[in-house]
Amino acid sequence: MTATDWQPSELQRGRDAYRRARSRRSALIALISTVVLATVVSVVVGRSSGWDRTKSNFFDFRVGFQGLPELLRALWINLQIMVIGEAFILVFAALIAVLRTLRGPVWVPLRALATVYVDVFRGLPVLIVLYLVGFGVPSLQLQGAPNSPFVLCIIALVLTYTAYVAEVFRAGIESVHPSQRAAARSLGLNHAQTLRHVVFPQAIRRVLPPLLNDFVSLQKDTALVSTVGLIDVVLTADNQKSQDFKFVHLVMAGLIFVALTVPLTRLTDWIARRQGWFGAGGGVV
Amino acid sequence: MLQITGLRKVFGSTVVLNGLDLGVAEHSCTALIGASGSGKSTLLRCINLLEVVDDGVIDLDGRDITDPRVNANEVRTQVGIVFQAYNLFPHLRVLDNVTLAPRRVHKVKRAQAEADAMAMLKRVGLADKASARPDELSGGQQQRVAIARALVTRPRLMLFDEVTSALDPELVGEVLNLIRELKDEGMTMLVATHEMGFAREVADQVCFLDAGRVLEQGSPEQVLGAPREARTRQFLSRIIEAGRL
Repeated sequence: MTATDWQPSELQRGRDAYRRARSRRSALIALISTVVLATVVSVVVGRSSGWDRTKSNFFDFRVGFQGLPELLRALWINLQIMVIGEAFILVFAALIAVLRTLRGPVWVPLRALATVYVDVFRGLPVLIVLYLVGFGVPSLQLQGAPNSPFVLCIIALVLTYTAYVAEVFRAGIESVHPSQRAAARSLGLNHAQTLRHVVFPQAIRRVLPPLLNDFVSLQKDTALVSTVGLIDVVLTADNQKSQDFKFVHLVMAGLIFVALTVPLTRLTDWIARRQGWFGAGGGVV
Repeated sequence: MLQITGLRKVFGSTVVLNGLDLGVAEHSCTALIGASGSGKSTLLRCINLLEVVDDGVIDLDGRDITDPRVNANEVRTQVGIVFQAYNLFPHLRVLDNVTLAPRRVHKVKRAQAEADAMAMLKRVGLADKASARPDELSGGQQQRVAIARALVTRPRLMLFDEVTSALDPELVGEVLNLIRELKDEGMTMLVATHEMGFAREVADQVCFLDAGRVLEQGSPEQVLGAPREARTRQFLSRIIEAGRL
């Protein structure tokens, strides 16, 4: 029996036509409301008394594009920080998350340490961590301590984001039903093997959307490294602004960040959909 | 009361319901039997409008409820369903599981809703478990709560989807007794089940589903005792081999 040797009944064709008409109407309403909103916004903003000056300062894209190649070269710093940082964050966060889920008296000090670490670095604003690490560590003049701003920035961001991501992982680990653990232990797997082969794979699948969310956020926060003197996109744009007094360079830098995060966000949605996380179990409700 | 004609439901390339016809009279109990994958669950889910059908008509009290213009939520207030895996809300107490729909959908005041829910829990013999969490109950108790939850909004038609399949044999009885009582009170019911003894005793008609159609339909004595179709005989002989008839 295949789906091909079947013709929809008159009634079903009517229903399908009705549903198509409904979706056409929805699309039309969406189009009209978008046009109306865009018109209202452009009229209101365009009529404001300072619009001409604002436009020449913020939206002079001719000037903006001239500065773009330099910005893109500076972007390399942000990308490096992001990718290297993410690699460390994933490993450390997994470690912290596992430490926090360990049971048994032997692990009490490690567990407490992990808890304190997460509490502290989740609470600290990134900017403050960047200042403390970026200026504090070099001022110690310790033998062998890194003093390149690049490395220090990565350390600061890893410290902050590991705390966030560890909590995401822990939530994932604890969301795996205890029966899964029981099944794995019953087969003779030890605690580590159970985590590695049964709990973690299920946990990761569940927390992938919030995980990527944190990475998008990290991507944006690489903009803060300019505060400790690293010449990244933001600082470059700021320098350009100081030369011609046009904010359009910062707008361009902003657009670059948006352009970077949008694909990552879409990727998250796509993975989530492919795994069937939305509406798992099928059905229309 | 319920008249289904030419019902079709396709998942991807799998035709699950293939032009199924079925009629259910008011105050009657219809048992749906058949192998796994024969479409029993899908049929019940379609009647509760949890699935969008691909063709055919489900007529409830003279109205085609599969029409896209019909308000599905309003239909569902008349049709209760109980699932194989109970599907209780684990984050809510037993009492709150039962009062959720009356309070949020039917806007019953809290005190009234809780009084109704307590009466319903007393009926299913679980009044003392009202403030327990679902995972503190046995499977049979959970399923009785699920039945109470479905009954409390006074549906006119009840759908039971293999409600005892996940239960220990010793717990099956308490759930089936409850369904038996409902039948005696005149509730219209559609029961997908593997409990042939129960079907024989309680059902007014038994329908054997095969490949998405009702292959054989009749009184329990006829379908279970003297089946006409070869497929039905084959199915029943396997059940007998498994010691479940």
